[in-house]
Amino acid sequence: MKDVTAPILRVDDIKVWFDVKMPGSWPWTKPRKLKAVDGVSFELNPGETLGIVGESGCGKSTLARAVMQMAPVEAGNVVWLGDELVGLDTGQMRKHRKEMQMIFQDPLASLNPRMTIGQIVAEPLKTHHPNLSGAEMKDRVRDVLDTVGILPNLVNRYPHEFSGGQCQRIGIARALVVDPKLIICDEPVSALDVSIQAQVINLLMKLQEETGVALIFIAHDLSVVKHISDRVMVLYLGNVMEIAPSAGLYANPMHPYTEALISAVPIPDPKLEAAKEVMLLDQDLPSPLNPPSGCVFRTRCPIAEPRCAETKPTLAHKGDDHQVACHLR
Amino acid sequence: MTNVTLNPQQPKTAEMAQRMDEVKGRSLWADARTRFLRNKAAMVSLVVLVLVAGFAFFGHALSPWDNETIDWDVLGNVKEMGKPSLANGHFFGFDDSGRDLYNRVVQGTRISLMVGVVGALIAVFVGTTYGAVAGFIGGRVDNAMMRFVDIAMSIPYMFVLILLLVVFGRSIGMLFVGIGLTAWLDMSRIVRGQTLSIKNKEFIEAAVATGVPWFTIIRRHVVPNLLGVVVVYATLLVPQMILTESFISFLGLGVQEPLTSWGALISEGTSTMGYGTLWQLFFPLGFFVISIFAFFFIGDGLRDALDPKDR
Ligand code: SF4
Repeated sequence: MKDVTAPILRVDDIKVWFDVKMPGSWPWTKPRKLKAVDGVSFELNPGETLGIVGESGCGKSTLARAVMQMAPVEAGNVVWLGDELVGLDTGQMRKHRKEMQMIFQDPLASLNPRMTIGQIVAEPLKTHHPNLSGAEMKDRVRDVLDTVGILPNLVNRYPHEFSGGQCQRIGIARALVVDPKLIICDEPVSALDVSIQAQVINLLMKLQEETGVALIFIAHDLSVVKHISDRVMVLYLGNVMEIAPSAGLYANPMHPYTEALISAVPIPDPKLEAAKEVMLLDQDLPSPLNPPSGCVFRTRCPIAEPRCAETKPTLAHKGDDHQVACHLR
Repeated sequence: MTNVTLNPQQPKTAEMAQRMDEVKGRSLWADARTRFLRNKAAMVSLVVLVLVAGFAFFGHALSPWDNETIDWDVLGNVKEMGKPSLANGHFFGFDDSGRDLYNRVVQGTRISLMVGVVGALIAVFVGTTYGAVAGFIGGRVDNAMMRFVDIAMSIPYMFVLILLLVVFGRSIGMLFVGIGLTAWLDMSRIVRGQTLSIKNKEFIEAAVATGVPWFTIIRRHVVPNLLGVVVVYATLLVPQMILTESFISFLGLGVQEPLTSWGALISEGTSTMGYGTLWQLFFPLGFFVISIFAFFFIGDGLRDALDPKDR
């Protein structure tokens, strides 16, 4: 018997570097390394939701793809249910892919326009259960479509005949059809209207309650993640700034970057909203090709000190499962 | 699996839906077909083209004459006695050597269409494979393959084609080789660009994430999405091939006697224009112009119907 509380996923000091060719450089000049993810570690328990937050370009999507072995992992380990994933070839990886599925940002673009939604949802089934009969497959597909709130008699329709929210539901159905243990949601709601965002998030929470699937939920906006996550990880330039249980993070943000992100979330009360002090981050995100020395956040940190430029802060436990990477906190 | 109740009405609707028949979807192909059928110019062109093709393959059955027999009585006096006439069965009159022009045009049409279609097919096949491979593999391979195409494209191909025909002799085979050598270049560029853009779509990523094998990805996800562009450019390539062939034949380097083609017939027609035998020019020229127009209109219609960008 496996320990029920053992994490299903352990990511250990993972690094993803991309080769970047400078425009106008010679073909033989060495490409520069873009450190998209630079030493991230976390664990995920069964049935848990981990929110990952950060500005665009902070490496959160790359991190998700690295977990799925769809990005070049330079160093580090990804341990899935006790098996090391880094370095597996596509064939060995295939049996794990059944258990980890993905939902994408652009709902329509993630569905092949030439296939009916029935065929789209059936694709993971065909890949991982090729022995199922056509009727069994169809039943399963209809079942799953029903679960996500799409009328099952629409299986022969094509993606362009659905709205964005419906397309995202179809994407969720495709992920759900093989009963995965983990679904990675890569900004699943950023392309949707606000009213539909809530529907999709509620659907995901409902499904999680029923099936016990674990979620990694990526967003660039803390308010979206707050509702759904058990724990939240804040990323900046490929580094973890803070990782904490959701309630603790919102009540007591410790990292200056998290504070800035939280202060940018509007409060639905005009008086409080007016009184609130918004911490604006001046300057743009530094280029990940040329990250600042020491603490990567120091160029925008309001409380930076000289030593921040010298040594890189490590993630330190601050009690209650709360970890922060900052010299001063 | 239990039903998720999103709102109180839903189970009822879902039940009703289960009882209802499956709704038929409207595929992009069906959409495209509707748009194409609504395009009048393209539909007229399609009819014209079918007629021309019918003429090329069955036209000789309508005529009591053949394309080889020389009528020695007419030979000396084509201008007076070789006029087109329904009465004696020489519908298009005689050519300058005293042969029945109707059957010569049938023969020329067949060869020109064949050169166009076969040439385009070869170009499409080679170009699509080359472009798809370059686009799908990407990186350094793609770079090398496409630089080669760039270099090949910078060579003035008419010059090379003429040289080939002069050096290796004039034959249809050589003509195919010469035209085929260059025609696939454009195609490979288009397909490569298209493959690149498809490769970066999220539905490919979704397939990779679920662990679909890569050749299935190509077959199931890349090829069907490439097909539209390939079909459009293939139809536009056919008239281009015919034009090239005709030009070469017009110069006297292409199709050789006793075979003939539109270009060769037009060439003969122009050389005898001064003697007043204008029908020798106008019949092949008419077929040529009408068919080229038809091909272009159909290609345009297909592009409007299939290209999602213009919607
Ligand atoms: S380590 Fe220094 S620069 Fe980095 S967040 Fe803390 S105070 Fe700011």
